[in-house]
Amino acid sequence: MRTGDAAPILAVPILLLAALPAMGFADWLTLSASGLAMGMLLFLMASGLTLIFGLMDVLNFAHGAFVGFGAFIAASVWARLPALVAAPGLAANLLALVAAGGAAALVCGGLGLVFERVVIRRVYGAHLRQILITVGAMIVAEQMSVVIWGPDALTLAKPASLASSFIVAGGAVEKFRLVAAGLGLAAFLALRLVLARTRIGLVVRAGVEDREMVEALGYRVRRLFVFVFAVGTALAGVGGAMWAVYAGTVTAALGGELTVLLFTVVVIGGLGSVSGSFLGALLVGLITNYVGFLAPKLALLSNVALMAAVLLWRPRGLLPLVRT
Amino acid sequence: MSPASPGRAGRVLLGLLLAILLGALAFAPFLFPGTRAMATASRIAIFIVLAASYDVLLGYAGIVSFAHTMFFGIGAYGVAIALARLTPGWGALALGAAAGIGLSMLLAALIALLSLRVRAIFFSMLSLAVASVALTLASQLRDLTGGEDGLTFPVPAALSPGFRLLDHPVLGVRVDGRLLTYYLIFLVALGLFLFLLRVVNAPFGRVLQAIRENEFRAEALGYRVVLYRSLASALAAGVAACAGVLMGLLLRYNGPATTMSFAIMVDLLLMVVIGGMGTLYGAALGAALMVLAQYYLETLLQALAGAAAGLPPLAALFDPDRWLLWLGLIFVLIVYFFPAGIAGSLRLRAGEE
Repeated sequence: MRTGDAAPILAVPILLLAALPAMGFADWLTLSASGLAMGMLLFLMASGLTLIFGLMDVLNFAHGAFVGFGAFIAASVWARLPALVAAPGLAANLLALVAAGGAAALVCGGLGLVFERVVIRRVYGAHLRQILITVGAMIVAEQMSVVIWGPDALTLAKPASLASSFIVAGGAVEKFRLVAAGLGLAAFLALRLVLARTRIGLVVRAGVEDREMVEALGYRVRRLFVFVFAVGTALAGVGGAMWAVYAGTVTAALGGELTVLLFTVVVIGGLGSVSGSFLGALLVGLITNYVGFLAPKLALLSNVALMAAVLLWRPRGLLPLVRT
Repeated sequence: MSPASPGRAGRVLLGLLLAILLGALAFAPFLFPGTRAMATASRIAIFIVLAASYDVLLGYAGIVSFAHTMFFGIGAYGVAIALARLTPGWGALALGAAAGIGLSMLLAALIALLSLRVRAIFFSMLSLAVASVALTLASQLRDLTGGEDGLTFPVPAALSPGFRLLDHPVLGVRVDGRLLTYYLIFLVALGLFLFLLRVVNAPFGRVLQAIRENEFRAEALGYRVVLYRSLASALAAGVAACAGVLMGLLLRYNGPATTMSFAIMVDLLLMVVIGGMGTLYGAALGAALMVLAQYYLETLLQALAGAAAGLPPLAALFDPDRWLLWLGLIFVLIVYFFPAGIAGSLRLRAGEE
């Protein structure tokens, strides 16, 4: 949230420009657009992870489980609204999307409240036990989703009016990606606005700096943090729901697979920083798309290589949270 | 962590358990005849080494690595690739083992140096990312690793099942390649375990514990925290790769699922946590317990699923494929209510008397 200099922010435009000479303009446009859209989706999922770490010093290895649950819930809602999904109008499709995302946010937010109370509350301040407990919770959650939704992958039909693409200067941009990107961007701006400009944001930031002092002034920091935890898991749920529609298929392994990607994003961005995660998510999205196009065999290594490069340059990530 | 003066009863019980374990492993081929029993005993010996090396990280250095099975896998792939591609023999075996162990230690040091400069938490995240890439690479680089199918390879003649050292059985057991393999695994495992025990009880291990308890104080006393933790990480990775080499020799096969999968990582966490973090003996007990339990848990779940067949939701929970669910639950409960594990609790209870 606090920046030392502007260099990290330039990383995204530099990457965009650097990729241009390597491919045709139309390909570049398509890949950049889908990379940025994927980045915004990743941010939606990673924002909760970094928020919870920044405010509560809890590294939640089970964060991916909320993404997974969000995706499964969206798939269930999707399957019950075939009329809205198949309807040709944009409004009906968006309504289905809102229903799926809303259900995922509600359920994951509620699960987050329970999870904080039952699991996390006992291990505040003890990182080793936090990691162990949340890893255990992740395994249980993944297995439970198999018990509830069965071992087979669920498929989601593409919403009729969002499946097609815009053609701009020869490059194709799928409409659904625009919606996903818009949602991610909106979440980023809203989080920044709330944290920087509102009274709640002020108290949250003050609570991070000096919890006892803020409590002495009469604010219930505990309750506020629980609220933040629920917001974080709800965002993960929405991210999972959007990912489910975006990918068109949901498996029980989704949460675990995305956890790795989300960790890459928040480590690149700087653990605890919302803006940093946003930059990290965009970089990961772009690199994944570019490398996947230019050298598919290297696609696996690209994210880890990016992370290693960033950590060599800035050991704490792009925009680290300064903790006193 | 440990009480000032551990009493007698718990210590004696712990010693007794360990003595039984050592005795059972030392004479396993004679006590429990049969190929399957010998394979189980070999697995226990290998996993004791793997769990003990993981405990050096988790219990002594206080850092959580998710790449430990990656090093286990690299060791196994080292011998697998060398023995499958070169002329099989002791030379290829040594070359493959050395390459696997060297690569593991180098990778571990790199991950540690990149991440531990900041916070120990970074190490956990980075190790998870690297391990997931390694697992995908292992299953995709078909030409090198055999992909998902893995590699089957010949071992040196003296270790292959057809080899006979003596014509007559000793105490009713044939002295063949299987027996030689078992004792090779047992002796190397014992040596590695004793080596780790020596390391953690040397000043090096004490410094690791000091860093775990209070990083800033250790740094202020002049110990270079990053260096010590990186060394511990490289050491643990090297020993894990050795365990992988032994696993390769035992199975004469290696694939991504046998040595590198995330399920084995979970098993490993369970072994160390159940046995007791920060006591290598605990890791040994945990490893033995888990390997044995794996043979019975599925049978138990099958029985429960049969009993619950009338109630569909319950039957889904007790499905034999859901063993990971129950292991995960047990794991969480142990971390909450039983954090010292078996070895730690025995010592603790003794201390209270």
